[in-house]
Amino acid sequence: MTTQTQSLYRWKDDPVLTVEHLSMRFGGLLAINDLSFEVGRGDITALIGPNGAGKTTVFNCVTGFYKPTEGRIVARHGKGAQTEAVDHATRTGKRWHKSGEGAVFLLERMPDHEISQKAKVARTFQNIRLFGGMTVLENLLVAQHNTLMVASGYTVGGILGLPSFKKAEKAAIKKAVYWLEHVGLVDRADDAAGDLPYGDQRRLEIARAMCLDPQVLCLDEPAAGLNPRESADLNMFLRYIRDTHGTSILLIEHDMGVVMEISDHVVVLDYGVKISDGDAAAVKNDPKVIAAYLGVDDEAEIDVPEVRQDLSGAKGVPHE
Amino acid sequence: MSGPGLVSAARTPNASQGAESRMTRALREASIAGALAGVLGFFFLALRTDIVTGGLEVTTRWGLWFTAIAIVFAGRLALNLFWFGHSYGAGKTAGRKITRLLPSSKIVGRVALAFALILPFFFMVLFPNRDRQYIDLSILIMTYIMLGWGLNIVVGLAGLLDLGYVAFYAVGAYSFGLSAQYLGFGFWTALPMAGLLAATWGLILGFPVLRLRGDYLAIVTLAFGEMIRVVLINWKSFTGGPDGVSGIPKPTFFGLEIGRGSGSFGDVFGLPYEPIHRFVYLYYIILALALLTNFVTMRLRRLPIGRAWEALREDEIACRSLGINTRNTKLSAFSTGAMFAGFAGSFFATRQGFISPESFTFLESAIILAIVVLGGLGSQIGIVIASVVMIGGIELLRNLDFLKQIFGPSFEPAEYRMLIFGLAMVVIMVWKPRGLVSTREPSATLKEKKLIGADQIAQGEGH
Amino acid sequence: MEYFVQQLINGLTLGSIYGLIAIGYTMVYGIIGMINFAHGDVFMIGAFISLAVFLVLTTVFGVTFLPIVLFLALVVSMLFTSFWGWTIERLAYRPLRGSFRLAPLITAIGMSIVLQNFVQVTQGARVKPLPPQIQGGVELMSGSVDGTTINAQLSYMQMIIIGTTFVLMVAFSLLISRTSLGRSQRACEQDRKMASLLGVNVDRTISLTFIMGAALAAVAGLMFMLLYGVIDFYIGFLAGVKAFTAAVLGGIGSLPGAMLGGLLIGLIEVFWSAYFTVEYKDVAAFSILAIVLIFMPSGLLGKPEIEKV
Ligand SMILES: Nc1ncnc2c1ncn2[C@@H]1O[C@H](COP(=O)(O)OP(=O)(O)OP(=O)(O)O)[C@@H](O)[C@H]1O
Ligand SMILES: [Mg+2]
Repeated sequence: MTTQTQSLYRWKDDPVLTVEHLSMRFGGLLAINDLSFEVGRGDITALIGPNGAGKTTVFNCVTGFYKPTEGRIVARHGKGAQTEAVDHATRTGKRWHKSGEGAVFLLERMPDHEISQKAKVARTFQNIRLFGGMTVLENLLVAQHNTLMVASGYTVGGILGLPSFKKAEKAAIKKAVYWLEHVGLVDRADDAAGDLPYGDQRRLEIARAMCLDPQVLCLDEPAAGLNPRESADLNMFLRYIRDTHGTSILLIEHDMGVVMEISDHVVVLDYGVKISDGDAAAVKNDPKVIAAYLGVDDEAEIDVPEVRQDLSGAKGVPHE
Repeated sequence: MSGPGLVSAARTPNASQGAESRMTRALREASIAGALAGVLGFFFLALRTDIVTGGLEVTTRWGLWFTAIAIVFAGRLALNLFWFGHSYGAGKTAGRKITRLLPSSKIVGRVALAFALILPFFFMVLFPNRDRQYIDLSILIMTYIMLGWGLNIVVGLAGLLDLGYVAFYAVGAYSFGLSAQYLGFGFWTALPMAGLLAATWGLILGFPVLRLRGDYLAIVTLAFGEMIRVVLINWKSFTGGPDGVSGIPKPTFFGLEIGRGSGSFGDVFGLPYEPIHRFVYLYYIILALALLTNFVTMRLRRLPIGRAWEALREDEIACRSLGINTRNTKLSAFSTGAMFAGFAGSFFATRQGFISPESFTFLESAIILAIVVLGGLGSQIGIVIASVVMIGGIELLRNLDFLKQIFGPSFEPAEYRMLIFGLAMVVIMVWKPRGLVSTREPSATLKEKKLIGADQIAQGEGH
Repeated sequence: MEYFVQQLINGLTLGSIYGLIAIGYTMVYGIIGMINFAHGDVFMIGAFISLAVFLVLTTVFGVTFLPIVLFLALVVSMLFTSFWGWTIERLAYRPLRGSFRLAPLITAIGMSIVLQNFVQVTQGARVKPLPPQIQGGVELMSGSVDGTTINAQLSYMQMIIIGTTFVLMVAFSLLISRTSLGRSQRACEQDRKMASLLGVNVDRTISLTFIMGAALAAVAGLMFMLLYGVIDFYIGFLAGVKAFTAAVLGGIGSLPGAMLGGLLIGLIEVFWSAYFTVEYKDVAAFSILAIVLIFMPSGLLGKPEIEKV
């Protein structure tokens, strides 16, 4: 934990998303316990941890699928921590507050669809959730629902076939094609999404989330089930997203190779508690992390050298 | 009571089995089926209870019982020997092959539309004696097509299982019936109002229940359907109770009545009045309404709202992650569907001239739902086929009077209508679980339109 | 007070019948996740078989000792109705297992139409009245309001219905919780594929579920016939809808829930009729259902469904 001091400030200074004292209880199970971390603007932040650590639960709280038992989750548009605006919104009980500096959104107060629509936090799912019976193109058009809804005059203009809607639809298709080109699926645009191979589905899901023009993109194990080549392509794609679109990325990942290679910032969870937080190098050497992954006490039979190698950033096999 | 599934259809015949053992197996299974039919039918076929003075009396009908057993035995034997030999497939296999049989739905649709447009004249020329009856039947079928298309929005597109669709049909019918009775409204004034009222009811009922999932939604909509009927029966002072509302006016043609006398349609256009005119006119009204339903649905499918409906059917959680307000989206599907039922309802009222709660039972909802599912969820043309087959089929059974010559004068073919209808529902569904037309046409294409196979398409809520 | 107690007894009696039918819905729903729409009509079939057995015994064989007649009617009706339940599953549902959700729902509705019309065609559309067979009862309390005496009476009829239901419920709970059948059933509920991999005969378990549901529906049918004294081919629909409502109200998939839901629906209906209007008793029952579901989406005793994302 000692190497953190310097790098710590980068995401503290300009966080696009902060999770503060988040707790989530399922009946008797405290899946997340007083968790706080920041996602820096323009960073690729990795959330890692053993199975059942509560990573997906964090995502579900951030994106409004679960209402956290306790805690505050703030998303920010515009520079800086905007502390005043956050305090103001918290005090007044509002869901968001817009100011000269930008806007802040208290995600724990917002329903899921508003989080992606207004706060611009998009996500993918651990077990892919595409619209399998719709084409690839349709999947990407559904993602632009709210824009198109407005353009279609909430359907009335659309039924009448107004030219302004036609234009908006063209633009939507253009955006879809743009993302399809980047995930290499233009040729499959008219196929059912459910017919795509697994790796393509994963990329399509990311493309679909990107059609929302998100500020924060939350990816739940995007590299799971990909082969090393696909996984390397994915890394490039994520960097591209970050570099050209300025989207901050929060990703859950088991593949240490991926994590160590692309993340600017790593947060480690174990049993719902944060055990380490810092840049890749710092986390990699944190004894607590090694212990959590190796299960020093109770799982001594694990093949230690391999896991260690994994942790130190070599190309790893994706964990289950 | 024999059917493809009886006794042991699942055991596929072993290739090494000889014809001999196949025969014995068929015989054995046929015997089991016959025995089962005997057991099941014993208290219903062999015995009959009747009211006599002083109570109830049981009479026996051994002949009928034995006949039934023999029929089941023979039927099962025949099935085993001639049908199951070729393997028996149910379930998921029935997806893609069907559409290959049909040419593109566009062509089928065009041909069907052209035929629908000339239909009354077709009947008038070819069946001058029965034209009225046939046009009336066409009106009935067209009404179900329209209802099917309306419900398709809710069940087929949005994937919301609605078992109380008839409630909105009733709202439409009664809003015209009552507004005619109390306010003197004509059909054309009442029509938009009926649609609006039904849509409003859709919103009111949908608001609390649409958050329920799958089967819960089904049972609550069913309950609402029954509740509306109970209210119609019991609110006698307003709705006329079980006696219903009568004397509902016929639609006018731009203010002209279709009938006899001065100032009527025939009078103005110099046509001698014939009763058939009224039927032809009604036919074109329902055709126009149905086409409107179809047009709007097809349009909506290509709009963001329609795409959101289908997305909702595919994966509600993903929808939420994409910023779609699922509650509003569901409500819009529910009330759009309700609106078309409202239109159809007011047409029903004007066609019958009389409405009562009797016409709005659960059976009606079930028939409409069956048409949608049998036709193939989401498929407009499938619904047309299913309506023609199911509704046309049961109405045909009314006219099988020649059967009386075979089974004797006491035989009432009409009594068997619903029995056969129910059996047909079961058989078609087992034969084609995804309905007759099960592929989906994408709502937007980049390069080349490809149909989507049934195996990819979700059915909404609950799975 | 007497009036209230009387209504309470009446409500429990009616509720027992609903509860017995509801168990069939809840078990089938629990194990294969479908609404067995034809179940209400299986209940009607049970009532008709009971009636036939009853009449054959009393008029053809001249048996006059009522307990024997009733017992035989119960057993025969349970047996034959079970065959119906088994056949329906075999014909209309099994071929669609693993298929799409709406397909079995439609065949179930189709089966319901078939059963109703089969009985209508073979037994006639007119109602079958049966004079009350069991008379008398125990007076629990008596009082007078405005000069008229009001008694609260527990008739023998009601005793039999409530008693039989109670005994069956206990037997049934034991069956489910103690035997390997119950275990297989619960295994199939959890994960059918896994259960079959572990050697549970899934088809057989599902068949047995339908058989048990049908047998209990037959009991309900007999009781309905005795209680109301009239049956016709259409009784299955409303009773079925109410019983399903009861199952959902209690929390579908839960056996005690089905019984509780049945009793509640019975009570609501009876009290509503007694204190408000008879006409709107069904509206009352359904409204309660809607309200409960809106506030407790998994029913009273159902396990809350966790939406895993
Ligand atoms: N809806 C829920 N209800 C009850 N418990 C839940 C729910 N969602 C998650 N849990 C529990 O919370 C804990 C954390 O689960 P979570 O899915 O967040 O883990 P994870 O870190 O994503 O693991 P994995 O790497 O396997 O995806 C687990 O014990 C899980 O069983
Ligand atoms: Mg996870």
